[in-house]
Amino acid sequence: MNFLPPDFTPAYSEIFILVMVCVVMLVDLAAGEARRYITYLLTQATLLGCAFLTFVSFSAETTFTFSGMFVDDAMADILKIMVYATVSAVLIYSYTYVRERGILTGEFFCLILFATLGMMVMISASHFLTLYIGLELLSLSLYALVALRRDSIVATEAAMKFFVLGALASGFLLYGMSMVYGATGSLHIANVSEAIKDGVGNHEVLVIGLVFIVAGLSFKLSAAPFHMWAPDVYEGAPTAITLFIGSAPKLAAFAFVMRLLVEGLGEMVTDWQGMLIILAVMSMAVGNIAAIAQTNIKRMLAYSTISHMGFLILGFISADWNGYSSALFYVITYVLMTLGIFAMVMMLSRSGFEAENISDFKGLSKRNPWYAFITLLLMFSLAGIPPMVGFYAKLAVLQAVVNAGFIWLAVAAVIFSLIGAFYYLRIVKFMYFDAPEKEEPITVNSDVKVLISVNGIAVLILGIFPQSLMGLSLYAIQNSM
Amino acid sequence: MLFGLPLLSLIIWLPILVGIAVFATGDDRNAQLARWIAFAGSILGFLVAIPLYTGFDPALSTMQFVENRPWFERFNVNYHIGVDGISMPLILLNCITTPLVVIAGWQVIQERVAQYMGAFLIMSGIVNGVFSSLDAMLFYVFWEASLIPMFLIIGIWGGPNRVYAAIKFFLYTLLGSLLMLVAFIYLYQSAGGSFSIEEFHQLPIPFNAQILIFIAFLLAFAVKVPMWPVHTWLPDAHVEAPTGGSVVLAAIMLKLGGYGFLRFSLPIVPDASHYLAEMMIVLSLVAVVYIGLVALMQADMKKLIAYSSVAHMGFVTLGFFLFNAYGIEGAMVQMISHGFISGAMFLCVGVLYDRLHSRQIADYGGVVNKMPVFAAFFMLFAMANAGLPGTSGFVGEFMVIMGAMKVNFWYAFLAATTLIFGAAYTLWMYKRVIFGAVASPAVEGLQDISRREFVVLAILALAVLWLGVYPFPLTDVMHATVDNLLVHVGNSKL
Repeated sequence: MNFLPPDFTPAYSEIFILVMVCVVMLVDLAAGEARRYITYLLTQATLLGCAFLTFVSFSAETTFTFSGMFVDDAMADILKIMVYATVSAVLIYSYTYVRERGILTGEFFCLILFATLGMMVMISASHFLTLYIGLELLSLSLYALVALRRDSIVATEAAMKFFVLGALASGFLLYGMSMVYGATGSLHIANVSEAIKDGVGNHEVLVIGLVFIVAGLSFKLSAAPFHMWAPDVYEGAPTAITLFIGSAPKLAAFAFVMRLLVEGLGEMVTDWQGMLIILAVMSMAVGNIAAIAQTNIKRMLAYSTISHMGFLILGFISADWNGYSSALFYVITYVLMTLGIFAMVMMLSRSGFEAENISDFKGLSKRNPWYAFITLLLMFSLAGIPPMVGFYAKLAVLQAVVNAGFIWLAVAAVIFSLIGAFYYLRIVKFMYFDAPEKEEPITVNSDVKVLISVNGIAVLILGIFPQSLMGLSLYAIQNSM
Repeated sequence: MLFGLPLLSLIIWLPILVGIAVFATGDDRNAQLARWIAFAGSILGFLVAIPLYTGFDPALSTMQFVENRPWFERFNVNYHIGVDGISMPLILLNCITTPLVVIAGWQVIQERVAQYMGAFLIMSGIVNGVFSSLDAMLFYVFWEASLIPMFLIIGIWGGPNRVYAAIKFFLYTLLGSLLMLVAFIYLYQSAGGSFSIEEFHQLPIPFNAQILIFIAFLLAFAVKVPMWPVHTWLPDAHVEAPTGGSVVLAAIMLKLGGYGFLRFSLPIVPDASHYLAEMMIVLSLVAVVYIGLVALMQADMKKLIAYSSVAHMGFVTLGFFLFNAYGIEGAMVQMISHGFISGAMFLCVGVLYDRLHSRQIADYGGVVNKMPVFAAFFMLFAMANAGLPGTSGFVGEFMVIMGAMKVNFWYAFLAATTLIFGAAYTLWMYKRVIFGAVASPAVEGLQDISRREFVVLAILALAVLWLGVYPFPLTDVMHATVDNLLVHVGNSKL
């Protein structure tokens, strides 16, 4: 019997990060509490190394490996590089915050790297099992990260909730996948698509499977009506972890939807289109309306996320490259904005004090005009007001929706974003129109200061010159379909 | 092109860049520097507008000073700008108003001076961008972006109820413009992937779609104008805004809506415009008559002028939907003249407010005894607001009434009642504030206007009289474009 080793090249960065997780773990043991910055730097170096490996192997061509279970295409490479950048920014933003709260442990870094590996596997999956393994690796790391502050009751409760509901959603997903397997006889995404096109499978079985898959997906995307976990988890988790949950995994979730619905079940577009419309409208409605009532900034941002996921789903509804590339553009800009705003929340928190309430933003423009300005840019961007990049994301998605003939959906979307504008404006109001409640200046490390400035200004600059990012999204989609 | 410079780009970006420079001067320790940079920037903006006016060929109805380069290819959006006879006067109005606003805020604003001045300059550049965009997406970006500085101006430097007014202003205008965005995207698809406004003008559109597009545009522009019954944000915003904010709102922001009708509604959906013209005329007449009566009952001077703005802008929309040259040109003249007059009226109220910190008519009386020069200026502007012949207020209203007469006697009759109501509410307010016995010790202590205030009011007074006596330079610029527009609107696009 001949054993042919698989081609490892497309998976170099995954293998590298796996090796490095072990290295980080061991080094951390040796470094100990006092020299944890070594672990931190090593983690950053790992991400940099991954970025390097992905970058040099970048090509527009699609390569499969591990018997077709793993794919390396343009979309995967671009998304992975975005993931590295996001995770790296998360680490820079949260370093001080986590240290002050005593959770700057070796586990923190290992779990973040494992979660990153999970996302990378999800992004590169071309087989239902690979997809599922990646998802579980990500989810389990996230559950543990939320519970990292084990003496905190809220954090533990959030972790429990997250875990129980997450496990249920994974069960849904697996059940749906098994239905699809039963109908088509394959778990390979390409083969499933082929089988459905040839009309092999029983349509009823496929549709039932699809329903379960979409339900599972919606949970991971935190789309209504599967959004219940998001506000509690966002609120309960330490802000650094919320920042992580709210940012990079959304990139992976985008890939997840692409691989499952578009590449795998793309032939059933008429079946899932209707489901996605309901999810999108409900998410925009629930997210935007519930956000108005929130006084806790993290909860408000959770609802804001839900509404943004509704917008993201709109991009998939048109079911063509135009819509997918718009959705990709949307998710990238969304991650950029989320990073900035959660970083701002962390900066307002200090040791012993959590900036939890929206009123903590009061008078920020007097305490620190520059950070207030950055937050202003982020808020108007989230609200979708030009010339901030958030507007172009909405424009791209709306354009795809209108192109697909759903004008009423576009009208509904703009009405909900009008409602949404109110609670973003409220933060601007607190910052600029109200007097500060505290006078103490905001002190942060210079690396965070530079990064948050770049982050905020990028929202404006990408808005004035949106072509680069739009072109990149288009390139990624067109070379992967 | 003067010295080969892209004048139109300059007129947009120069104020914005100077505005950023003003921001960079930092906190109030450098307030004086911020004021001077802002002043220099606004004057520079005005100077750039002069060659734009002299270089403009009024015989042409096409776009002039055109610049066109790709902006983002993904949606085929271009940085496409140009001016014609409709946008040119409005750009001039904006460039004249900005220095006046900067001077008016010179002493009054003592807090966050750099941010105040910077916001106005950026606003001025953005508004020039709105008036010169020939790409719908570029237009939309400028249009929405203009909300941000205004929102901050009302919210930071406004009166006691400023937060409510700022948020109401923002959400109201956003509601209208978001539906316009959907209409733009629909047109983009119909035009085969182009946001060019000139292509939209030529695009055939089925009737039902025209009606829906018209309604989407109507919401966007009617809120901005504002037309009855979506005018309710205006009194709030005006009353709470600082003087400079009120001036810019009345003189410039309201014109964005009027401009939108001429640039988008009429030429893009002419059939729907004709079909719904009667509705528009009725709404406009309600604004003229009913809001005129509402203005009569106001106890707050700023509120009174705000309602009078709504009534005067009713004339503008009335003129547009008469579909004759008198109507449209009259409406254009009315827009420019209203820019000067309402700006001047708000400045006059600002002068009083700075001294007494009250806008209530009842708190004043006998001001003429203490401020004779001011009373003279205020008199002129009040007369102009009432539409006295010889002032610019008369020209526009008279032309629109003439246009209405051609269409229907009763339209003209109802529109002409404004000459009575306008005189009633303006002059009655003037009488109660200026004449009579000195009302209180506070009025007794009033100082007449300073040299700075004198200069600002004198410039506006000259403009009002000049346009009233000799409006030719203004009508000459717009004549060819309006004729062309009328021909275009006359052709069905079904």
